[in-house]
Amino acid sequence: MTDDYISFTKEMKKGYTLLIPTMLPMHFRMIISVLKTYGYKMELLETSGPEIAETGLRYVHNDTCYPAVLVIGQFITALESGHYDPHKVALVLFQTGGGCRASNYISLLRKALRRAGYEYVPVIAFSFAGIEKHPGFKTTIPQLHGMLYGILYADLMMWLYNQCRPYETHPGDAQRLCDRWTERLGRELGAGRAVSYRKVKKNYRRIIADFSAIEMKRRDAVKVGVVGEIFVKYSPLGNNHLEDFLISQGAEVVVPGLADFLLYCVYNNILDRRLFRRKSLFNYILCRIGFSLLCGKKNKLSRMISSESDFEPFPDFRDTVTLTEGYIHQEVKMGEGWLLTAEMLELTHSGVKNIVCTQPFGCLPNHVCGKGMMRLIKEKQPDVNIVAIDYDSGATQVNQQNRLRLLLANAQQ
Amino acid sequence: MQEEKSAYYLGLDIGSTTAKAILMRDGEIVYRKYQRHYSQVRQTALEILSEMRGQFDPEHLRVMISGSAGMGMAESADLPFIQEVFATSEMVRRAAPDTGVVIELGGEDAKVIFFDGGVDERMNGSCAGGTGAFIDQMAVLLDLSVDEMDEAALRAQRIYPIASRCGVFAKTDIQPLLNQGASKEDIALSIYQAVVNQTITGLIQGRRIRGKVMFLGGPLYYCKGLRKRFCETLGLDEANAVFPKYALYSVAIGAALTAEKQGAELSLSMLCERLSKSAAAAGIGRNRLDPLFENEEDYENFRARHEKATVRTEPIEHYRGPAWLGIDCGSTTTKLVLIGREKQILHTYYSSNRGNPVEIVREQLMKLRTLCGGRIEICGCAVTGYGEDLIRNAFRADEGLVETIAHYTAAKYFRPDVDFILDIGGQDIKCFSIRSGAIDSIMLNEACSSGCGSFIETFARSMGYEVAEFAKKGIFAKAPVNLGTRCTVFMNSSVKQSQKDGASVEDISAGLSVSVVKNALYKVIRANSPKDLGENIVVQGGTFYNDAVLRAFEKELGTEVIRPAIAGLMGAYGAALHAMRFPKSTLLTKEELESFRHTSRSATCGGCENHCRLTVNLFSDGSRYISGNRCEKALGLRKTEELPNLYEFKRNELSKLSPVPGKRGKIGLPMALGTYELAPLWHALFTRLGFETVFSRFSDRSVYEKGQFSIPSDTVCYPAKIMHGHIEELLSQGIRTIFYPSLSYNVDEKAGDNHFNCPIVAYYSEVLHANIDSLSEVRFLYPYLNINNRRVFAKNLFDALSPTEPDLRLSDVRAAVKAGYEAYEAHMKRIREAGERAISWARENGKRILILAGRPYHIDPEICHGIDKLCTSLGFVTVSEDSVAHLEPPQKVRVLNQWTYHARLYRSARYAAEHKDTELVQLVSFGCGIDAITTDEIRSILEDSGKYYTQIKIDEITNLGAVRIRLRSLLGALEERGDQAL
Repeated sequence: MTDDYISFTKEMKKGYTLLIPTMLPMHFRMIISVLKTYGYKMELLETSGPEIAETGLRYVHNDTCYPAVLVIGQFITALESGHYDPHKVALVLFQTGGGCRASNYISLLRKALRRAGYEYVPVIAFSFAGIEKHPGFKTTIPQLHGMLYGILYADLMMWLYNQCRPYETHPGDAQRLCDRWTERLGRELGAGRAVSYRKVKKNYRRIIADFSAIEMKRRDAVKVGVVGEIFVKYSPLGNNHLEDFLISQGAEVVVPGLADFLLYCVYNNILDRRLFRRKSLFNYILCRIGFSLLCGKKNKLSRMISSESDFEPFPDFRDTVTLTEGYIHQEVKMGEGWLLTAEMLELTHSGVKNIVCTQPFGCLPNHVCGKGMMRLIKEKQPDVNIVAIDYDSGATQVNQQNRLRLLLANAQQ
Repeated sequence: MQEEKSAYYLGLDIGSTTAKAILMRDGEIVYRKYQRHYSQVRQTALEILSEMRGQFDPEHLRVMISGSAGMGMAESADLPFIQEVFATSEMVRRAAPDTGVVIELGGEDAKVIFFDGGVDERMNGSCAGGTGAFIDQMAVLLDLSVDEMDEAALRAQRIYPIASRCGVFAKTDIQPLLNQGASKEDIALSIYQAVVNQTITGLIQGRRIRGKVMFLGGPLYYCKGLRKRFCETLGLDEANAVFPKYALYSVAIGAALTAEKQGAELSLSMLCERLSKSAAAAGIGRNRLDPLFENEEDYENFRARHEKATVRTEPIEHYRGPAWLGIDCGSTTTKLVLIGREKQILHTYYSSNRGNPVEIVREQLMKLRTLCGGRIEICGCAVTGYGEDLIRNAFRADEGLVETIAHYTAAKYFRPDVDFILDIGGQDIKCFSIRSGAIDSIMLNEACSSGCGSFIETFARSMGYEVAEFAKKGIFAKAPVNLGTRCTVFMNSSVKQSQKDGASVEDISAGLSVSVVKNALYKVIRANSPKDLGENIVVQGGTFYNDAVLRAFEKELGTEVIRPAIAGLMGAYGAALHAMRFPKSTLLTKEELESFRHTSRSATCGGCENHCRLTVNLFSDGSRYISGNRCEKALGLRKTEELPNLYEFKRNELSKLSPVPGKRGKIGLPMALGTYELAPLWHALFTRLGFETVFSRFSDRSVYEKGQFSIPSDTVCYPAKIMHGHIEELLSQGIRTIFYPSLSYNVDEKAGDNHFNCPIVAYYSEVLHANIDSLSEVRFLYPYLNINNRRVFAKNLFDALSPTEPDLRLSDVRAAVKAGYEAYEAHMKRIREAGERAISWARENGKRILILAGRPYHIDPEICHGIDKLCTSLGFVTVSEDSVAHLEPPQKVRVLNQWTYHARLYRSARYAAEHKDTELVQLVSFGCGIDAITTDEIRSILEDSGKYYTQIKIDEITNLGAVRIRLRSLLGALEERGDQAL
């Protein structure tokens, strides 16, 4: 980043509120709980409504990807809302790097702030690459450790929640359970103590048990997988409440977890070294260790789901990695890259034959790894149904729902 | 009893424009109805049902609803719903099981269903027109009914290329054709071909058509010419093209058939009751805006304020003496203004072009000559607008002037200190700010966001209203719908959505007005606040006659603006004012007008590889006017001096890379995307290794068409789409080895934070591999290479080649890579030197320099559509971004500067910013996501130094009318400012 930026100083840490936009409510709530224990005052922006996109359009080039429009719109709406003192606020944005234009979100946000007259508001790029220096905001190993468990907890809950939602005898049971556990785990992770793996395992077990105890009808709904660009895939604000719609139409939704995206990022570093000798040997070794560690943690959790409940376990990421053979090369790593293709294949392999591929309108990587791969997938697996849905401030729900209904009509036949 | 009970099945299909009902009994259709619903969805359904009750009033009925507009109705009345494509397949499975493919065009949706080899149902994406509504819009544009247009198409002689992506694009192609005098017959046929192409690229997408093809839906039922185009393009004969009698009702039949098993059971009277009840329950949706006016009084005050901005008029009968005429031949309307000595208006005319501006102008001139009699002498006549050249030539007007200058001249009359002018016309949004008496920056809308005046008009008509009446309805709307800021196609579906929510015509009309304004403000002007525009704002253009639009604009800005009473005539008035410098006019006399004849024919220019399709207009005095040309060659006026053109230079350099026969046989590379940059490298490398290196030729339209069948994403950029055609070209030459590498990283020029390729250039090989069937029959090599590390590069390339070239040694590849780099570096050096030469030549000869800044692949003649030649024909020495970037150091910008090609843009923009005689025009491919980031940066680099920023969006569009206006506006503004600087 070549421009000067306002850094978040140690002094700011005391009086400032850090605002974070929501992508995945459960995951982000837990990440925040962890960060709060380190003395930050944080708030998750969970606002919605048409004014967010409208504000975004006003300050961001209209052809920029929809997630940028929404996230920036959400920030500026919050600053203008009067709830916060703009001089006592900093913004936190999660950022990936790479050749996709999404790596420009931070720059676009700063530009938008300047145009809106908030150039003094510090913006913190929360990135594992750590490009900028913010003396008042530092990530430490114990923090990352805590957040990692937060993500795994949330992945677990999201995974089980999706398997319960369409079948609950008492609608709302699964949601209540999620809320309760999010709250409790947040408190636990936020207590500031080092995470003990024994405790984690105990929690896993109890979460699985709690979800198993939900009273459910016969589980025979059509399964619909959701893949795509990370923001519109997960965020109800971005995808017009896609999951709720699918569930209301009697489908069971299968959404791969966030841990897979982390694994994908780490794996790309390994490949960069292996193929092109880019990145240092140290980085390579570190990534390999990280990859094994995270895969191992996820698989242990997965085995626990199998042994202690009737729920479907997570797919093994080491298998997912092998699926793209004959479809797409794993050097395709901009945006969601090969992971998007791999997730579609992972779904079809686990028997989910109906897939919604979400992307912001005009998403560049998805021309290749989403829409570009559909024909090949359908050719090799004729029983698979895939529908690509574009999300955009101008795209309407009625159009999107009509296409989803077609997918469902075929699936439920 | 059970049989009797379920004897009647009703299928109701409510689409985006029409409602269809089918009542069946014992497998027979007993009642059918097809009716336009003009967005009154529930009411129309009830009308149909009550008519049905006159004949049948079954107590036991099973009902099923379908169609995009039926979705909301079914939901609120709690009736079962079936998705329309699914209903169609149901119908086909039962009624015509031998069908292989169904092609169904509806009002706003297009669908293709494959039955043969795995059922596959496809619907058009969100950015795709080419449907019934599109045909309706085009018919309005041609001033024909849909039937007349169909008849015209059957008489056509030729097909013009018309962009098929969506209605807005097609319109940008059609309107200039009309203005240039192309025949309506030919245009009608070309429109049909565009629909066919759209269906092929958007829906068929490379899947093979086998077996019988059934055509369904309104447009394919009514339009014979369209059917013919489909049959010919898809190569179908009578035996396998099926046009069933029930084409209109397929969805309704499918719904009725499924109703038999899954329909809701009730009596017809109960059904009517339920529907009318649900209508009452539908309240106001949540996505609404504030009303435009609080009350009547508010509106009256507003009117009174705007009525003050007028020009004195004088009845033509009372006037005596000299007069000056201004003609504004716009994209949809023609305007004439005659003014007298004191700039007072004597006569005005404003009318739709009805597809033939020449005839309209002739009629009006005749009338005017009669009105003038011997008392008034027309001393000067100026023409402006899209049809400027044609009209000026046809009627020997004294001068033609670019629109922006005409509008500024007029605005100055109303407000001498005007500093911002916004003009929303039929098809364009133009706005420009004025600083110290000169035009400072000009913004025109992109082909993609032109939801302007003609949009409201066609929309009004499609809902069954005249535009004035429709506009009036919006003024007192209680809760205007929020339709967002997007192009026509998106708006259509937004309106559909709001209809589903039960919005009234009033609310939709007001909502459209607000959208037009927002579109102009946030998409074209990109303003954050009124301060960005100026203090003295004049708005004009026919669209601002619509009070709702004017009010929405003031509300959105929070300030008052001036709308002259002649808002729609400002171009013509400005032209007339401009013409006042003439003492005597060459305009055709009354006698000459009487004998005036105008015919047009088409031809193809053979002057260069662009092969422009020309329209030759012949006039009765034997003079002719040729349009459709990109340069001056077609006019026989071969320029005596050819100005340096780096685009041409680069093309020539690449053409020199001829194949050298070698022992390893041929290797083919598509001349597209990244190859344009690295061709010299690959050529030297592979020649060295003993391959005969063959590049596909530069593109033309036919190359694109060859490959359009396998494009999987219709929103990807044109340079990527054209790639498919290049692969087909190579395959058709019998080449068995094809090479297009995958490069995440581009050459590191140390000019930015990183040196990526964009995702499309980097990975398009994957798309080719996954979507072009015939590539699997040859050796398609697309290795992933690290171009910045020669050792790894050689190793990876060796690994890719050695399986089929067993005698190849790594050391050979290393040497070849070295040779490749040398050739590439020499090539880039030549380009840089040529750039410097061109610049110094320009300075010696006192010419303006223009940096046409795009990407390496923008030099392709089909991608840039000859814009480079247009630039030189306007007197600019034209250089490319990569030939001047090295003259400036790497730039610090406010965004992540991480793409090699784009870093060059910033550097060349800096060069333009630093040099008074150098301008920059940015070429942007439609759909290029990365340029959404670069354009704002380049604009600010230029504008911070007081330079104009001009952007040209390019796509399939082949007509350069809009581009010419943009470049001429730039030139006009430069000249005007230059004059003042002296």
